[in-house]
Amino acid sequence: MTAYFDHAATTPLRPEARAAWLEAVDVVGNASSVHGPGQRARRLLEQAREEVAATLDCDPVEVVFTSGGTESINLAVKGLWWARRAGSDGIVLPDGEHHATMDAVEWLRTAEGAGVTAVPLAETGAIPVHAFAAALPGAALATAMIANNEVGTVSDAPALAAAAAAEAVPLHIDAVGAAGTIDVRFATWRGAGRAAAGLVALSVSGHKIGAPVGTGAVVVSRHAALSPLLHGGGQQRGLRSGTQDVAGAAAFAAALSAAERGREAEAARLTGLRRRLVDGLRAAIPQAELLGDPDRRLPGNVHVHFPGAAGETLLFLLDQADVAVSTGSACQAGVAEPSHVVRALGRDERAARSVLRFTMGRTSTADEVDRLLAVLPGAYARAVAAGSR
Amino acid sequence: MKILAAMSGGVDSAVAAARAVDAGHEVVGVHLALSRAGGTLRTGSRGCCTIEDAMDARRAADRLGIPFYVWDFSERFRDDVIDDFVSEYRAGRTPNPCMRCNEKIKFAALLERAVELGFDAVCTGHYALLVDGPEGRELHRASDAAKDQSYVLGVLTADQLAHTYFPLGATPTKALVRAEAAERGLTVAQKPDSHDICFIPDGDTRGWLAERVGTAAGDIVDRDGAVVGAHEGAHAFTVGQRRGLSLGVPAPDGKPRFVLEVRPVTNTVVVGPKEALATAEIAGTRRSWTGRAPSAPSFACEVQIRAHAEPVPAQAEIVGDEVVVRPASPFDGVAPGQTAVLYDGTRVLGQFTIARTVSAVPVGG
Repeated sequence: MTAYFDHAATTPLRPEARAAWLEAVDVVGNASSVHGPGQRARRLLEQAREEVAATLDCDPVEVVFTSGGTESINLAVKGLWWARRAGSDGIVLPDGEHHATMDAVEWLRTAEGAGVTAVPLAETGAIPVHAFAAALPGAALATAMIANNEVGTVSDAPALAAAAAAEAVPLHIDAVGAAGTIDVRFATWRGAGRAAAGLVALSVSGHKIGAPVGTGAVVVSRHAALSPLLHGGGQQRGLRSGTQDVAGAAAFAAALSAAERGREAEAARLTGLRRRLVDGLRAAIPQAELLGDPDRRLPGNVHVHFPGAAGETLLFLLDQADVAVSTGSACQAGVAEPSHVVRALGRDERAARSVLRFTMGRTSTADEVDRLLAVLPGAYARAVAAGSR
Repeated sequence: MKILAAMSGGVDSAVAAARAVDAGHEVVGVHLALSRAGGTLRTGSRGCCTIEDAMDARRAADRLGIPFYVWDFSERFRDDVIDDFVSEYRAGRTPNPCMRCNEKIKFAALLERAVELGFDAVCTGHYALLVDGPEGRELHRASDAAKDQSYVLGVLTADQLAHTYFPLGATPTKALVRAEAAERGLTVAQKPDSHDICFIPDGDTRGWLAERVGTAAGDIVDRDGAVVGAHEGAHAFTVGQRRGLSLGVPAPDGKPRFVLEVRPVTNTVVVGPKEALATAEIAGTRRSWTGRAPSAPSFACEVQIRAHAEPVPAQAEIVGDEVVVRPASPFDGVAPGQTAVLYDGTRVLGQFTIARTVSAVPVGG
């Protein structure tokens, strides 16, 4: 059995999600059809939508089901750009965002001439509210990942949302890593008001929380101005055309609710496992350095800089010992890339290639942590000896 | 043995890995990311290491049921192979980047990392034979003379050879390797062999060099120093070349002229008749011996000066730092920067980089 420390990449399907999916997939009908079978499918879909809305603190009509985090982010960022208020220009983009956000913004920059204002991260990986606010005036939109998927730091979502509202700039929050783990409250963060500005969109992903790959959603405020990526049948307020994945939505809703029910207890449990890992790591490898905010972070995330060792080599040695970890990001060919997030913390290229990310989840155990701790010191020594070849 | 199979995405390395698995070894596949310029899809048979190549290697590893990784050696490759390639051309020489890659990357950087990570050997799809002789490991030509790649492996020392594994060396023909790949269900069975330089995917070496070395126009001169034409960049010429010479003045005897020498300092290209290409002696100091250095200061051998040249009987002599080789019959044009590999029958003795040559036809004669 592999000791699996890459729950941030994906995590096992929750039993509730599997059950909901299997039940829904046998209800045959296109949710857009007018007849009985269509209505039965529609019922399940809208039930799922209500459940998700209740968990994320928004109205059901504001929940747009998508194929996952990447689509949600693309829809939000591009959609807000294309529907921007006349006279507004520029996209406020913090450093260290996920590739879905960075690459979508980069495309808007090169293909559509969008200006981009970067906001450097604090050394802890947090998005500094003051600098973020200072970048906002006149912007067409801002985007922010509130729980960093690599170093785990959690930023101050309510403060960022308040800043966006104050400057009347539409804000998209990437909550892909946050949903189900920290308390995501769309309406509370957005505040009252009918402006097409402030927090208007929020992305979540299914497979990060124990729903199937290919599920997810973006919350789009009823007051937002947003253009769609997909045109077609006009489903979901015209924001996301296409026959709706009823079973996927049911599974996603079940997973999100299950995650929310157990959220506090699970956070405590993961924090305990993290402590075990960190204490063991510190004792065995004093040179190892923890990155990210020590307190305001995703409970199951441990991110470590290993001086003198290539992350790629460590990953290989651990994998050979059946311990699965991540360096943070890999290109399509499979080459471990230097972490742009670590660079965004102010570290050099060498450090960015010498990190590992350990992320624990629902199925993680103390035994797995102990197995990791048993092989890590030897792997580190060997990786250092192998040098930076 | 614990074997690290280097898998390029080509059919040779895939079958080599398969044979290593069949032989009962514990095999892990690795694809080297060497060129950061790599495209996404391969375009025919030129170039290498596109994402599609990485995928082909991965699928072959999947088929064999072995773990697979992609390791990034692109920085080392840039420094040791690409930069060396450019600087050699700048110096008027004709480098062989594949030899440099074997020397510095595949059987050095990769091999060292493999040994440090607990592997016994690096396996590749090279066509060559390893023989355990009385004085240690020997490198010999492959059974298929047409595919023999012992030349490009000539830089390897016995220590390196002790950690290599070439399962294809005894295969009678390449066609059999492809047939075996098809039988094994490897999707790369019909994939064309890559040729040319892996980091110049469109095959336009001249254009690629022009971007990096620049194009400085200069004179084309004959051996007496008379100007007979002009060129737009000396790097586009190599010894023995006939094409690409736009000469304004025909030769006195009317016969075609060939590049005899490239002189970077004066940015001139020297041309002359074909007979003047005849080379009586080659020498160099940058050398390696596969096993022990030869004990006799002078010995008979066969020497091969290009990957696909015929080996020529010769007398080799070690004079101070230099290895000097005099062939029984003159070489037909030798470019400094190329590698001379010395053989004793099928066995590789060693190699040296050709630094200087002596014409068989002195000027004026």
